[in-house]
Amino acid sequence: MADLDTLENDQPLLVAESLSKSYGRIAACRDVSFALYPGEVLAIVGESGSGKSTLLQMLSGQLAPSAGQVSYRMRDGITRDLTTLGEAERRFLFRTDWGYVHQDPAQGLRMAVSAGANVGERLMAVGWNHYGRIRDTASDWLTRVEIDIARIDDAPRTYSGGMRQRLQIARNLVTEPRLVFMDEPTGGLDVSVQARLLDLVRSLVAELHLAVVIVTHDLAVARLLSHRVMVMKGGRVIETGLTDQVLDDPREPYTQLLVSSILPP
Amino acid sequence: MTAMIDVTDAKKTFTMHLQGGIELPVVRGVTFHVNPGECVVLSGPSGAGKSSILKMIFGNYRCDSGRIGIRHRGALIDLATAEPRQVLNIRRSTIGYVSQFLRAVPRVATIDVVAEPLIVTGMARTEAQQRAGALLHRLNIPERLWQLPPATFSGGEQQRVNIARGFISDLPILLLDEPTASLDAANRAVVVELVAEKKRQGVAMVAIVHDDEIRHLIADRIVDVTSFAAAA
Repeated sequence: MADLDTLENDQPLLVAESLSKSYGRIAACRDVSFALYPGEVLAIVGESGSGKSTLLQMLSGQLAPSAGQVSYRMRDGITRDLTTLGEAERRFLFRTDWGYVHQDPAQGLRMAVSAGANVGERLMAVGWNHYGRIRDTASDWLTRVEIDIARIDDAPRTYSGGMRQRLQIARNLVTEPRLVFMDEPTGGLDVSVQARLLDLVRSLVAELHLAVVIVTHDLAVARLLSHRVMVMKGGRVIETGLTDQVLDDPREPYTQLLVSSILPP
Repeated sequence: MTAMIDVTDAKKTFTMHLQGGIELPVVRGVTFHVNPGECVVLSGPSGAGKSSILKMIFGNYRCDSGRIGIRHRGALIDLATAEPRQVLNIRRSTIGYVSQFLRAVPRVATIDVVAEPLIVTGMARTEAQQRAGALLHRLNIPERLWQLPPATFSGGEQQRVNIARGFISDLPILLLDEPTASLDAANRAVVVELVAEKKRQGVAMVAIVHDDEIRHLIADRIVDVTSFAAAA
């Protein structure tokens, strides 16, 4: 794979510089900087209230930072500051080059329309108009996320939690984005369903060479999916590094606490 | 000869913040090198820090000070200070690691667990699976198990899957953490053979082996880890 060789030289896709967000006197996120490269999976871990969701919202341009900036290298190779993008440009980015997988699939899906339409809609938004091709591509994606195509015309409200989450992933990936944000994607699922979803996400990420920013409080998810991890506490990044290094040799007291709190399998 | 691994004055201490910040010195002054085609065995009693040294060479444990020199694509790189992305690149194309236990992903078939290191470096799936199958055969894993995930296998079977996964790539450095611990005599002999083949290919290896007989068969040089013991 050529991209592995060029990985060392190529340019970052997403760059965060000194990102901060405060609500009045409360600092939700303080001075976060990092660069994410194509094909790289970064996990943001930490407990509730650590600022990881605030950070994810800023990274995905849904929340304006109080200080700092986020820039993204567009498909034309030009790196743009997200705040300078117009609303239409940002929406277009979200429909094409980005994906966003919500913890609650109901937030990322249209629950009353068919599964096929949920996937096909993203294609229509980027200009596809041939019904047969849209349907074929949608069925192809349902198969890839292990949904029986006999269910293509059913609405996701008739689906189980795990199926909904897989459908949400199909809807996000059908436009072949380069960057996907995931907010606790396995959060509301049974353990057995979680394992299946994680496997699926792991193989799709590798196959499609996706860059991913995943927010999770589950260190097992971080270990399975991510190359790098950032540990957040009180709005700050307190430790960062290679995932297996941070989890096997944690340095900070809080990271040691997190790691030691994992129940043995 | 140009060393593949050149460790200089490496030091490792664990600080246990949850136990009142107690410091556990592991090793200090770790200095040795490994040439291509050579197998260096780390010796010393349990707890002497052998696995920690191996993990530092893989970049899994951080190093407090000193240098972990790794020859990667012709250049000597200090793994102790390398960026995470670089460490990942070095692992993909330079350092292989056979851990004590298999950490397999649920649901993935044994044949794919073994073939994966080749697939991520660009080999076609069918060819990678053929090589994986050949290696599983040699390690006496029956073909009827190949499509099953290794999670339900016995300890010895899992370790052989792990060995196959570690030996399948043609990487210039290979780290072995007790590769023969739970194997029977026949399979131990296969591992000895595999190590000899790697030596002939010029692979630099560092191994931890408790079995004296195996150590005698694979070691070109022994590095006594007790000399690196950090005074508590």
